[in-house]
Amino acid sequence: MIELEMQKVSLGYNHHPILRDMNLKVSPGELVGLIGPNGCGKSTLIKAFSHIINPMSGRILVDGRVISVIPRRELARLVGVVPQIPLLPSTFSAFEIVLMGRNPHLGLFQSEGPRDWNLALQAMQKTATQSLADRRVNELSGGEIQCLLIARALVQETKAILLDEPTANLDIGRQVEILDLMKDLCRTQNLTVLAALHDLNLAAQYCDRLVLIHDGRIHAEGKPSEVITNKNIKQVYGAENCVYTHPVNGLPIVLVGAARK
Amino acid sequence: MSIKQLEEASVELPKGILRQRWYVYAIIVVLVLLVLVLATSIGSVSVPFSTTFSILADKLPFVDITPTWSVNIETIIFDIRLPRVLMAGLVGAALAIAGATYQGLFRNPLADPYLIGVAQGASLGAVIGFLLPVSWNLAGFGLIPLLAFVGALLATTTVYLLARVGKALPVTTLILAGVALSALLSSIVSYLVISSGESMKAIIFWLMGSFALSDWSEVGIVLPYVAAGVVVITLFGRMLNVMQLDEEQAQQLGVNVERLKIILLAAATLITAASVAFVGTIGFVGIIIPHAVRLVWGSDHRSLLPLSVLIGAIFMILTDLIARTILSPTEIPIGVITAICGAPFFLYLLRRRKKAIF
Repeated sequence: MIELEMQKVSLGYNHHPILRDMNLKVSPGELVGLIGPNGCGKSTLIKAFSHIINPMSGRILVDGRVISVIPRRELARLVGVVPQIPLLPSTFSAFEIVLMGRNPHLGLFQSEGPRDWNLALQAMQKTATQSLADRRVNELSGGEIQCLLIARALVQETKAILLDEPTANLDIGRQVEILDLMKDLCRTQNLTVLAALHDLNLAAQYCDRLVLIHDGRIHAEGKPSEVITNKNIKQVYGAENCVYTHPVNGLPIVLVGAARK
Repeated sequence: MSIKQLEEASVELPKGILRQRWYVYAIIVVLVLLVLVLATSIGSVSVPFSTTFSILADKLPFVDITPTWSVNIETIIFDIRLPRVLMAGLVGAALAIAGATYQGLFRNPLADPYLIGVAQGASLGAVIGFLLPVSWNLAGFGLIPLLAFVGALLATTTVYLLARVGKALPVTTLILAGVALSALLSSIVSYLVISSGESMKAIIFWLMGSFALSDWSEVGIVLPYVAAGVVVITLFGRMLNVMQLDEEQAQQLGVNVERLKIILLAAATLITAASVAFVGTIGFVGIIIPHAVRLVWGSDHRSLLPLSVLIGAIFMILTDLIARTILSPTEIPIGVITAICGAPFFLYLLRRRKKAIF
């Protein structure tokens, strides 16, 4: 069970910072949602937590260790990533893509065995992708690929999962399925989950904690009801008086255009 | 499920994901040996297949066959033809696996073993060797192979250093630097060739590749490079598969991408340089054999790499056989034959199979 932490971290490309002085902690068993407008740095933050980019300053800790000293193979057994829909090579079947999640567990002289195959098939069942197994990935829809990548992250058997817009291309049924699955893994396996989410309503319904990023900084942080407020949404997105309360569970919901002027 | 249950549960794997079965390799290995004996039998002095087989078997440890053949025949088979055939097999294997490696590493179907300067570097080295008024032999390394080998390594190292940005090696920059440096070296080679006077024909012959001078000492030098390179590269088949995603995902799946690039580039470049140094810059094999293997057996690098080695060897032994026999006693440069024989066959494969291979 691992903790992800940023201490005074600045991130950016070519000496141009996008995020400044970030202090952030995600604990085991917690589902934390990253929200904020386009280009605010959600994906950059996820890349930093998987050591794709190095911080310009500050320290990034995974399980209490500075991320840059953890070897790639070991890091990939600690932290799994579900990227935004990438272009996948047409030569692989869906099953082969999922099975690649076993790579960090296999040595140079090993190849996959029955246990790896079973893990892959189970993960595909959990993400409702088992019927796609022998399809070429270039024939699949965006939503199907997204579910496959989630299956691949499950097969990686990591202690933390980072998701970059995991529900962006999913229909409403799949959105609920995937986030239910993540929530369930948090609760039952103490998984640490950090998800960049566009949909404020899904974020409010599912996340234990939300981090709202704006202008290169954390604008607000806390329970959904503390972060999704009329004041914050106005300041960050410019939309006025659009936060309501869910009639059933009392969580905030955002309805744009509902306010009468 | 527990680990034990997972291991015991019967798996119904989806169709089409099974890896190559062992007998595919067994059949092809036998084929390599047959082609080897066949190519050793055929030549200006024709030796029956059975005699060739006996002569070669007699050389194996623990095999003793009473000679029914003359000493001359044995010299032709064992000291002249066999090293040439072996060299062709080694070079075919080396170029094919190096091509497959570059294509996989660069995620580019047009990549070949010469993409980042090996061929032009070796050519310049060799041409300088032809034009120098000296010659020597250093532990089996003649002047021309030595300069070709050094030229190949210098050229690729230069490309590598030019393309490097900090700790990273962007693949596109590497390819562009390779193409640019190759063009530069190529123009120098062209100028040297047209002003080379009477050695021009020998130089052009070298540039198009030939196994005519291959002997046991050369086989002895090239073999360790190719063997070591092939072993190292085939170990990384699974990682090359993961690299086909993109570099970011490969890193997130535990591949140390920058280290993998250096290891594979070094291995593929060394075996290419060692081959080219002795037999010249033979084209076509390195780019086409891996694609032919993909068309027939699929794109999984764990089978693509070893199968490229075997098919590359068979292809090169057969093309060299044609090069030295079809207009006997005149030899045709092997670079001519590889494309004339290989291109139609490859186009046939390409038309037959419509599935994506890259």
